[in-house]
Amino acid sequence: MSFLLECPNCGRRPVDEYAYGGEVTVRPKSADDARALFSYLYFRKNDAGAQREWWFHSSGCREWFQAERDTRTNEVMQVAPPGGLT
Amino acid sequence: MNRLAERRGELIDRGRTVTFTWRGKTVEGLAGDSVASALYADGVRVFSRSFKYHRPRGLLCCSGQCPNCLVQVDGDPAVRACMTPIEEGMRVEHINAWPSLERDALHALASATPAFGMQVGFYYKTFMRPRWAWKYYEKFLRSAAGLGKLDPQHRRDRRYEKVHRHVDVLVIGGGESGLEAAIAAAREGRDTALVEEGLALGGRLAFTGVDAAARAAELAAAAREAGVEILQPAWAGGVYEGNLVPVYQGDTMFRFRAGEIVLATGLIEQPLVFAGNDLPGVMLASGVRRLVNQFRIATGDEAVVLTVDDLGIEAACDLAEAGVTVSAVVDTREGETDERLGVCGIEHLRGFRPVEARGRGHVSSVVVARGGERRSLSTDLVVMSGGTVAQFGALVQAGGSVHYDAARRVYVPDHVPAGVRVAGEPAGTAAEVPACADGGRGKQFVCYCEDVTTKDVNLSVKEGFASLELSKRYTTVTMGPCQGKMCHRNSGLVIARELGVDPDEQRVGVTTARPPHNPTSFSLLAGRGYEPVKRTSVHHWHADRGGKMLWAGDWKRPYDYGAPDDETAAVHESLGLIDVSTLGKLIVRGPDAAAFLERVYPNRYGDMKLARVRYGIVCGDDGSILDDGTVARLSETEFYVTTTSSGAGGMEQWFTWWNAVWGMDCQIVNVTSAIAAFNLAGPNARTALAGLTDFDLENEAFPYLGAGHAEVAGVPCLLLRIGFVGELGYEIHCPAAAGEHLWEALMAAGEGFSVKPFGLEPQRVLRLEKMHVIVGQDTNAESQPLEAGMPWIVKLDKENDWIGRYSIEWYQNRGNRTSLVGFEGGNGAVPKEGAQVVVNGEPVGRVTSSRFSRRLGKAIGIAWVPADLSAEGTPITLSDPSGATIPASVTLRAFYDPDQERLRS
Ligand code: FES
Ligand SMILES: [Zn+2]
Repeated sequence: MSFLLECPNCGRRPVDEYAYGGEVTVRPKSADDARALFSYLYFRKNDAGAQREWWFHSSGCREWFQAERDTRTNEVMQVAPPGGLT
Repeated sequence: MNRLAERRGELIDRGRTVTFTWRGKTVEGLAGDSVASALYADGVRVFSRSFKYHRPRGLLCCSGQCPNCLVQVDGDPAVRACMTPIEEGMRVEHINAWPSLERDALHALASATPAFGMQVGFYYKTFMRPRWAWKYYEKFLRSAAGLGKLDPQHRRDRRYEKVHRHVDVLVIGGGESGLEAAIAAAREGRDTALVEEGLALGGRLAFTGVDAAARAAELAAAAREAGVEILQPAWAGGVYEGNLVPVYQGDTMFRFRAGEIVLATGLIEQPLVFAGNDLPGVMLASGVRRLVNQFRIATGDEAVVLTVDDLGIEAACDLAEAGVTVSAVVDTREGETDERLGVCGIEHLRGFRPVEARGRGHVSSVVVARGGERRSLSTDLVVMSGGTVAQFGALVQAGGSVHYDAARRVYVPDHVPAGVRVAGEPAGTAAEVPACADGGRGKQFVCYCEDVTTKDVNLSVKEGFASLELSKRYTTVTMGPCQGKMCHRNSGLVIARELGVDPDEQRVGVTTARPPHNPTSFSLLAGRGYEPVKRTSVHHWHADRGGKMLWAGDWKRPYDYGAPDDETAAVHESLGLIDVSTLGKLIVRGPDAAAFLERVYPNRYGDMKLARVRYGIVCGDDGSILDDGTVARLSETEFYVTTTSSGAGGMEQWFTWWNAVWGMDCQIVNVTSAIAAFNLAGPNARTALAGLTDFDLENEAFPYLGAGHAEVAGVPCLLLRIGFVGELGYEIHCPAAAGEHLWEALMAAGEGFSVKPFGLEPQRVLRLEKMHVIVGQDTNAESQPLEAGMPWIVKLDKENDWIGRYSIEWYQNRGNRTSLVGFEGGNGAVPKEGAQVVVNGEPVGRVTSSRFSRRLGKAIGIAWVPADLSAEGTPITLSDPSGATIPASVTLRAFYDPDQERLRS
């Protein structure tokens, strides 16, 4: 992987400046539904295609942001501060 | 001198000789010579032994495309002799031959025993049986495999660099089209760099005659004038995502990011396939012309040229001009004698095909045929020109694709990705090339790197590996150091012929040349090779006082100062001082700071009083313990959080991530390296510290788990009264810049109490006596607080949601399966950390920490045991790796000072 990724604060940088934070998921609001809880904890969708994910600019501003990326081509469609993807 | 008359385009400097050694013998070359040209001029014909059969091999392409001239230079293996300029004092050695290049044992074996024929698949088929023999086979195969020898004693003796570069345009290839593209780009005002791997710019122009050389010089001058940055000799290792191109030049790797990549990688001349086509003395036409025109060497006495197109004719003319007798040009095309050959009086055998080259160790004759008519020609130089193919490896690596155009007999690009441009295209239609020869005796080599013959490829097709990609996996054709530059086309032709289809049939296919483009040393990939280390502000003090500095995560920390038992005793009996600057330190500040901590920790912080400290663990959402440390409340809106030494970066990421998710009104700042911290511990800690500060340290004013700002020895500090090591103690945090001053002041203040600095090992013993866990040692990724003996820290009745809550609730309902407990050894023996807890001989748990406590006079430890063995006093059995069985009993309270009287005193 050597694609370029744009940090909303710093601009386009090589991907090795960042730490990957995983898919954007929704945290369950209780333990009532064990299946929902465990799939949130242990299962990833791992979509082949557009995926919303977290990134941490570890060798830069050390801020988190979100990106939408095509996992097949590493094309980054959009980046945004947390919660800002359209 | 063994060189031809001086001429334009030559690369050598006749006024300057350079001396180096070849297999220990001194050789003299001229400045500008490559290792290969200097050796060839000196009479060397055999440069290496082939990979599998150890056949002698000589120069073939003279342009870095083939594996034949790989040598070892000053210890570096896989150096291409033809691309490496000679340097004074260089030590050049041959590779892959034993005991010598002339007499090679493996070659003798391979020729003498046909059973050792090493046909394709022979490795898989032969070394499977009998199974027990593998250990002998392996020894032999390991010593036979690989090219060159690495010296295991070798130390880094040069400095390798990585340089990051950004350009608008990167042109790969400095031939005519590459230079033209670079000039055009630079003239448009674009920042342009050009990479050329050869010893001269101009590609074909550089070695095809005086006029061509003049044109090459002109283009090079124009490029420089236009401002093109030229890297040469240097090569592009591959094309990666985001237009990243590593370019290797000398001891530097340039990581180029280019707005646009122009691929001007040009054409490579291909060998012809016939028996004996690998004999020394059989060379590519372009290789011969390089030796003649660039290094001015007459390459033989009596040459025969085998060709499919006009390139062979041009080579014959160059040879004739150089005074070499060309007995014939054997041309696969029908027709009249070419005018150029007629002028020089060279016989043009048209419609003839090569059948077989013969010779012992070097070519001495070649057999050619036209239908039933056979001719044998004696020769000491066979020049072959099997047509050219475009180098498309870089294009495919960039995400493009190519196909074989059967009508024109060339590979043409199908798809060129955005940001990449291909400069120069194979013009017109290439000549028809015979896939292989009929009627000759001996091996016809398709792939020189891997010693793959036509027979091997045909066999792979018969066995069902009926495409280039499959045959590649089975025969390793195109898998050698050249990655198919010399064999991709020919293997495709051979497969197509065996299948009886056109070479453009989908099923023949193309393979991808993998990076790196050329053999690359690991040193270049590794770069400068430094090992960063974090040092505390008192590092040198420790080292100077005999501290055994060992790695602890990214840090170097004193393990002990030579007498760990005395250090432990000092803490118990009087006073000790330890450098804990490596602790992670975060400041959480803002109106929502307390609410934030309520959500990331399982215990409470909202109710915390000012100037108090609380122990806390951090859990993942799966309930696992991620880290632990203390949290001090400095004000309504500010908390000072410590983490484990290795957890600082991870906790910062974790905290900031959840803050990004929740968007709370608080900030997290990592101040780990800005702040030094020391733990002054022992019954005399208060008295010693009192001498350095006006702060009221009395127990009522500053009790256990208090926090306060104080000036100590003139330095503004944060005091935390906590007790990881179990005695009265103060953790003193101060600006790192003042760390050494404060440390020395504390040591001086403790002098009257025989203070001792103590290291990690005594600290481990002391904390174990208190049964304090170390996250990551006593816990692992599956440990959750209920089972890890810390149910008290989990506040399931908190009103708010917190990370890990739902999983821990689930665990609570399920009940514990295992428990982390203390144990006392029953017979004085100390089980090793990692020893097993056994029931009826079955492992059911393990020891995570263990030591002999001198203070307590017994072996103590911490272990995971099944939940039903976790009650106080339960006898358990430990099985040590040494084989010993150690009886022990479960203990749930701290071994030392369980009522915390000393801690709170
Ligand atoms: S000749 Fe190099 S891989 Fe085949
Ligand atoms: Zn950034």
